[in-house]
Formats: sequence, C-alpha cells, structure tokens
Amino acid sequence: MNWMKQLFSRRKRYDDLSASIEEHLAEKIDELMDGGMSRREAEQAARREFGNELLIAQRSREVWQWPRLESALADLRMAFRRMGKSPGFSATVILTLAIGIGANTAVFSVLNSVVLKPLPYPGSDRLVSIWLHAPGAAGLTSFQEGLRLSPSMYLTFAEHNRSFESIGVWISDAVNVTGLAQPERVHATLITGGVLETLAVQPAVGRWLTAADQDPRGRRTLMLSYGYWQRRFGGDPSVVGRSIQVDAETGEIVGVMPRGFQVVNQDFDLLIPLRFDPHKQILAGFGYNGIGRLKPGVTMEAANTDIARMLNIWMDSWSNGPHTNPHFYETWKMVGAIRSMKQEVIGNVASVLWVVMGTIGVVMLIACLNVANLLLVRAESRQQELAIRAALGAGAMRIARELLTECMVLALVGGAAGVAIAAAGLRLLAAIGPANLPRLGEIGLDARSIGFTFVLSLASALFFGSIAAFKYVRPSASLAHASGARSMSAGRARLRGRNLLVVAQVAMALALLVCAVLMIRTMGALRSVEPGFADAGRLQTFRISIPETLIADPVSTARLENSIADRLATVPGVESVAFSTSLPLDGIEPDWDEIRIEGKVYQKNDPPLRFFDFVSPGYFRTAGTRLVAGRDYTWTDVYGLRPVAIISENLARESWGSAAAAVGKRLKVSNDQPWLEVVGVAQDVRQNGVDEPAPAIVYWPYMNNSPYASAIETQRALSYLVRSPRAGSQSLVAEMQRAVWQVNADLPVASIETLGDVYNRSMARTSFTLAMLTIAGAMALALGLLGIYGVISYAVTQRTREIGIRLALGAQKSELKWMFVRSALRLTGVGVVIGLGAAAALSLVMRSLLYGVSPLDPVTFAGVPVVLAACAAFASYLPARRAAAVDPVDALRAD
Amino acid sequence: MSRNTEYRDLFPGALEMMILQSLRLRPMHGYALVKHIKAGSDDLLRVEEGSLYPALQRMLREGWLESEMGVSAKGRPTRIYRLTPAGIERLERELSSFQQMFAGISRVLAFNLA
Repeated sequence: MNWMKQLFSRRKRYDDLSASIEEHLAEKIDELMDGGMSRREAEQAARREFGNELLIAQRSREVWQWPRLESALADLRMAFRRMGKSPGFSATVILTLAIGIGANTAVFSVLNSVVLKPLPYPGSDRLVSIWLHAPGAAGLTSFQEGLRLSPSMYLTFAEHNRSFESIGVWISDAVNVTGLAQPERVHATLITGGVLETLAVQPAVGRWLTAADQDPRGRRTLMLSYGYWQRRFGGDPSVVGRSIQVDAETGEIVGVMPRGFQVVNQDFDLLIPLRFDPHKQILAGFGYNGIGRLKPGVTMEAANTDIARMLNIWMDSWSNGPHTNPHFYETWKMVGAIRSMKQEVIGNVASVLWVVMGTIGVVMLIACLNVANLLLVRAESRQQELAIRAALGAGAMRIARELLTECMVLALVGGAAGVAIAAAGLRLLAAIGPANLPRLGEIGLDARSIGFTFVLSLASALFFGSIAAFKYVRPSASLAHASGARSMSAGRARLRGRNLLVVAQVAMALALLVCAVLMIRTMGALRSVEPGFADAGRLQTFRISIPETLIADPVSTARLENSIADRLATVPGVESVAFSTSLPLDGIEPDWDEIRIEGKVYQKNDPPLRFFDFVSPGYFRTAGTRLVAGRDYTWTDVYGLRPVAIISENLARESWGSAAAAVGKRLKVSNDQPWLEVVGVAQDVRQNGVDEPAPAIVYWPYMNNSPYASAIETQRALSYLVRSPRAGSQSLVAEMQRAVWQVNADLPVASIETLGDVYNRSMARTSFTLAMLTIAGAMALALGLLGIYGVISYAVTQRTREIGIRLALGAQKSELKWMFVRSALRLTGVGVVIGLGAAAALSLVMRSLLYGVSPLDPVTFAGVPVVLAACAAFASYLPARRAAAVDPVDALRAD
Repeated sequence: MSRNTEYRDLFPGALEMMILQSLRLRPMHGYALVKHIKAGSDDLLRVEEGSLYPALQRMLREGWLESEMGVSAKGRPTRIYRLTPAGIERLERELSSFQQMFAGISRVLAFNLA
C-alpha cells in the first residue's frame, strides 16, 4: 500500500518543501544584503533568480500527486463554489437543462421501450407474423395490412412447412364466463397449437395448451392470464384442474401464463384452444392471425418462397364445397408477406416516435444554445478576472478546462433533475395511456435510458461549454481594456457570437412551430371530415354476445336481441336504441364477401368484395347516419325475412350512377340465392378510420336468410347503440346493465364506451403527435424568445452610454426603440429564412403523419414566420423601452 | 510555459547528475546545493535556482535521496538532503553512460574538424 503511505506522508513532504524554499530565499537575501543591497533590492533580486515561486512549489508538489485527477478535483471544487456564488445563474441553467434533458430522457425511454428493445419473448428476432398479400383480390386491397390466414391454410402450413420451428394462428374474442360470481364478459385469445411454442414463454403454473388440446372431440381445456388468475382466484395455485363455464360449456384450467405475457400485442383473460375439425374445413375464412418461429438461419424471403409452395398444396387439398374451383384463388395472386413480429407490434408508431425524438432533440439544442448564451454574458462580466488570471500565467487550456468542468457539473445536476422530470412524465403517460401506443406496460426508465441521460448531459455540456470556452480563452486582450470595457459600446465582433446563437434558435423554433401547426391543421382536417355519424359523444355503446349454447334457435335469439333494445328504450333519458354487428371505427374485423349487381357482367365471374354490416331497424336514425335515398328497415323486414338490402352511397354511385337510381335495383351474394332488392341508400361512413376512405358497405337486416345455405341466420355478437344526453355517465351504464339483466340474467355487457371515445381514440396517433409537437414547439418558442430578449437586453445595457450621447444630441426616443427592435427583427429574419428550409425538410419527413394538408402548406409557411416575427418584436420591445427611458445625464455620468 | 523549465540550457538528466554528484561529497540543504553547483561550474551553467526543487522532490520519490531536519548556515531550520545507496548506484550508472556519450560526441567533433 505504498500509495497510501505516500498520501498520508504528503502533508509532511509539503511542509519540508516550503521550509526548504523559504530558507533558500531567506539565506539568499541575507547574502545579498551582506553584499550591500537594501532589503527591498535583495528581496527582488532573490525572487528574480529563484523564478516563479508559486509555480515551482506547485510543480514540486505535483511530483507527489496524480496531477490530472487532483487538478480535476480542484476544478470541481471551484465549480461548486462558483455555482454557490451565483445561485440565480446556476438555477436558470440547471432548470433549462433539466427541462430539456428531462423531455429528451422521457421520449427516449418511450422510444427505447417501444421500438428499440426486443419483444419480451426468448429469441424474439426469429418471430414473424404471417400475412398474405393478395393484389388480385379486388376489394380486399383496402385491407392495408394484407390478408390473414384461413384455418385450412394453418393446417396445411403446420404440416408441410420447411422454414418454421413452429407455426400457429390466433384470434381475439370475447366470451361469457358464468358460474363464478356474476356473469362476466372477458377477453379471450383463441390459439392453435404452435402459438405458445412460437412465443416460448413458460407458464407460471401448470402446463401449456398444445396441439393435443385442439382435438374437436377432446376434453375442453383453457389457460388463465396472470391478471385474471389473481383477480378471480386470488392467485391460488391449486386452480389447475378446476373447471369453469365458458359460453355455457365446461372447460378445465390446465395452467396460468406469467405476469405481463401477451399474445403478440393482445392482452387476454383466457387462452382457449381453437379446435378446427380438419374434416369440415374449406379454403375460405381468412380471419386468423398467423405467427411463426423461423428456423435458425432461414430468411423471411426463404419463408415467403416456402409459403408460395404451400399455397399450391393448400389449393390441391381443400375446396369451398362441391362445384367450386379450388384454384379460383389463383386469380388473387396470393404471395407470402411475412413481417417481423416486432414490426407488427410496433406498427406505424415508430415513425411518430422518431419524429418526436427528433423535435425534442432540437429543443435540447435550443436549450443548449440558451445556456451558451448565458455563459457568454457571464464571460463578458468576468472579462476582468480572466484577463488577470491570464496575466498571472494561467494557460488557455487551464481556463477552458475549468469552465468545462463547471459546465459538466451544471449539466449533470440538470441531468439528475431531468431524470426526475422524465420519471414523472412517464408516469403521466402511463396514466393517460395513449390507446395506440403499443407495449405501454413495458415503458419505463432502464439502464439504457439512464445511460442516455448521462451521455446527453455530458455531450450538451461539451457543446455549450465549448461555445463559451471559445470566448473565455480569448479574453479581450489587456487588463486595461478589460477594466475599461464597461463604458464602451460593444463592437460588432463581440456580439457576433451571441447573434449567431439567436439566429440558430429562431431557425429551429420556426421549424418546430411549422411542424406543430401542420399537425394542428391535420387535426382540423380530420375533425372536419364527415365521419358518417353525428354527435358521437351522446352515443353510449356496449357489446353483447348470445352464444348458441345459451339459445340455439336463431329467431328466438333475434327476439331476445329485440327485447333488450325495447327494454333499454325505457331507461329514462334514452332517445333511441339500435344495434349492429360493428360500429364505425371500432376496429372489429368486418364481415365481407362478393356482391353481384343484377345485369352486370364480371371478368372471370369475379365480382368485387364488399364490407357487410348487419343492423336493426332504427340503426341509421340512432347513429345519425343520413339515409340519402329510400327507407330504413322495419321490424316486418326482419321478422318477415324479406329479401332486402341497404347500401352505402358510394356503392350506389359506383353501381347505378346515383343514390336515387339504386333504390329498387337488385343484388345478391351467392349465385344460388334469389335477388335482393335495394330499399335504401345510407350516407358513406368512415368505417376504418377518419383518415381512411369510406368503404363500400352493404347493410343487411340482423336476421336474414343465409346466402350460403337454406337457413335463417341471426347475428349473435352485437354492438348496442343508445342515444342519450346521459351518455358516458355511470348511472346510465348501471341502468342499462340492469335493463339487460331484466331480459336475461346470463348476459354480461362488455366494451362499454361512448362512440365519442371511439372517435377520439381513432385520432389518438394524431393527437399524441400533436400534443408532443405542440409542447416541443412551445418550448422552442419560449427559449427562442428568451434568447432574443437576452441579446437585446444586454445590448441595451452595453450601449447605455451611447444611447445617452444619442439622446443628448437630439435622437428621438421612438427612433431609439426602433433601432433595437430592428436589430432583433434582422436576427429573426435571418433565422426565419434558414428555419423555413429546415421546416420544409422536416415536414417532408413527417408527411405520412399529415392528413388533408400539404407538407409545404402555404398558409402555415407564411403564417408561422409572421407570428414568430411579431413575438420577436415584442420580446425585443421590452428591453428597447428601457433604452428610451435612459436619462442622458445619468448615462454620461456613469463612469 | 514549458513543463521542463528545469532543464533549460541543459540536456535531460544533467541537473539530476550534478545534484547527485554534489550530494555525494556531503549532505547539503537546497541553497547550499545551488551555490555548490554554481561555484563548481564557475558560473558557466545557468541554472534557474527554483528549478532545483521539483528535481529534488522527484529524486526523493525515486528513493535516490532522503531528507532530514537540519540547520542552515545561518542557524535556521531547514531540510538537509543526503544520498542513499540507490542514489549512489544511479549516479554511477548515469556517469558511465554520460562519459560514453561525451566521448562519442568528442570523437565525432574531432573527426569533422580534422
């Protein structure tokens, strides 16, 4: 432990050293005085010959030190002392940095958790979602994501594939659980064998569902989610082996999945096996989400090729029934369109998050420039001190290092505060829970976020520190100059650095503001789109499902659904009630099939596919969807099973030229079916999203003759729509629930929300981007204006004497004010020009987020600079007014 | 300012060698050492007096010297520096390599003059 001894004996070494040097000088002085010099002369001569005493002593001490480390420590002490001496300055800097770093840390944490981190499955880089691309299927192309798999495809792929370790399909559903407490509607994810093998997350309790559980003649089994297990069974491990009633059938619990486990991005309460009977499958039914785990080393292209091969096997092995051509699907030109599961989960959020990260990064830059500006102001007030230190022999590097140390300390303190701000921000985000932000539960500060904060703090310190250091290490020449500088007007050169910073700030603020305004205009455009329903906030919705196991007969089911609506209509404050299989924007997988228009000849006998919706009488009136022509359904249409249809306006125009012309015309689904008469035409509805074109829709009565078989068909999963001023209130929900139970006590209600909520959620991506960009833009604007205010304010202080002279010589006060405002506007002007270029580049990048507005929208690009200039004029007017208030006598007497 | 002020006008190690050689004669305090070197060189070598001290500290650290409490010529307390066996060894090594170098340089100079 030699170095420790060294550390402890150091004090004595230093004492020895100073004793030696002291005696050296004393002895020399004595000798020189003996030689006849005066004491003063002798002292001067001795010191001259000795050299720089302090420096030599320091060099000598350094022999015993680790000089770099210790001088760094000294710098650190100095930095803290300086911070304590100017608390206002330090607080401003730390707060600016804390906000900037906090915002960046928060956004980075979101980006990191959502986009950068791998999915929480082992070996998740080999996980893929299996989709098909079917360019030949007219009408299907509006499904932007592609085509899902059918059960027969799954059976084929599972048996014949060469590229996957495991493959499976799943869908989401809602099921009724009875026999526990009150009947409950819960989220179920239905899975085939291969799904859990693919995701490879071991169960917390019990065993997985496997291929053996999907035997349609086997025992019914199911698994619980961790949350449902805790909620309903108190986390009791003996739950395995118990049975519960699901949709009135008994299923045995075989296991529990661990906390946080999702099937791809789907939360669930129950995992239930899909039990496809291979003897009953046809080709069609493309509604299942395919996932797979690639074998090591197999690329996605190779897997797509494998799928193309298996599609031929699929068409050879199955059919859609007698007298159908299984190779009909060749016209769809299906190909495999595998994508990584991560891409599937993240969706289009990645682009939003990168845009937000970029803009918030720009805010950080502006914050840094502001801090640099503050440091420059202080550099000028420290001019004298710096000149003295330079005269005493302080090296440029020494001063720069000290300043950088101070900046590092400020930035790290700011960074620490920033982490606290980020943590609070993330908690807020989780509380708001933007609906379309995937992996929300995984968002948090982790080591990588903290590392990012640390690096960002140091990098920003280096950035603004170097800008300021450039100024510090070239103190303006001599001591005489330094002490006299106060009374002179600043030269152009001295202000140039700070002006440059202001120009940069204005440019960046402008770019961000333009983006924010473009988002505001996008939101405005979305809001002004007519969605095809009215007054959504007053529409209460919920879903009900009547399983066949509860009521098998379709007509009784329809009557039950009808009487629920009647009962709901008696609830006080309810104006009208209706129901349908899907609501606008609700994201429920639509039903669809071919629609043949009477008298129309189709190429290859291949009519386009259209969306189906099944509605009750009064649906259009309740939803606020206008009937453009014809009439609504009546209960006689429903119970009389009349051959009628209502179609959307765009389908009417496409088929017969106009809405009015469509009424009385005929169409059908399958060739074996009688023609159905169009009795009404409804306004177009933005079914898939406000920013998506309205699809062509056929609305059927919710009970009708099946187009595929001679049987009556009633829709069993319905959304009820209740128009009431009380929509959204807890009391209405409770009364509606009671009303349903009065009709049938075994029916739970689910997905209770207003259509207004659904509408807002459909714009969640836009409003999230809008909120983030507006916050960033506002921060940038505030910081930019602060920069302008600071520069002009400082210029006024510096030029007090000049102003006094001008006033004494008869300058007009208004002219003086204008002089300062003008200089601010000049800076703003340059910043605006640069900023417009940057804004154009940025807005082209975020083009995919815009709707109904051009990325180079002239209104935005003209308006924002005008507003910014007005704000800049105001920010400079405040200090300029001070200039005009200068008393020439005081100003000139000041020295 | 250069870090190597103490070697100004001297080649590296020269000051060190002179200090070691001086202290070999007898232990001395700092000022006496300076006077000894100046006197010995007939003032031909210009040594900045202060530059002695960093060199002394370095040699203390290397263990070539040790210091002890002592009294100066004027009777005031100071520190006396004394050569250690390791210092003597170091001096011998430095001297022999210096002499070799010096002989080499002299030959080259003589050769070129001839």
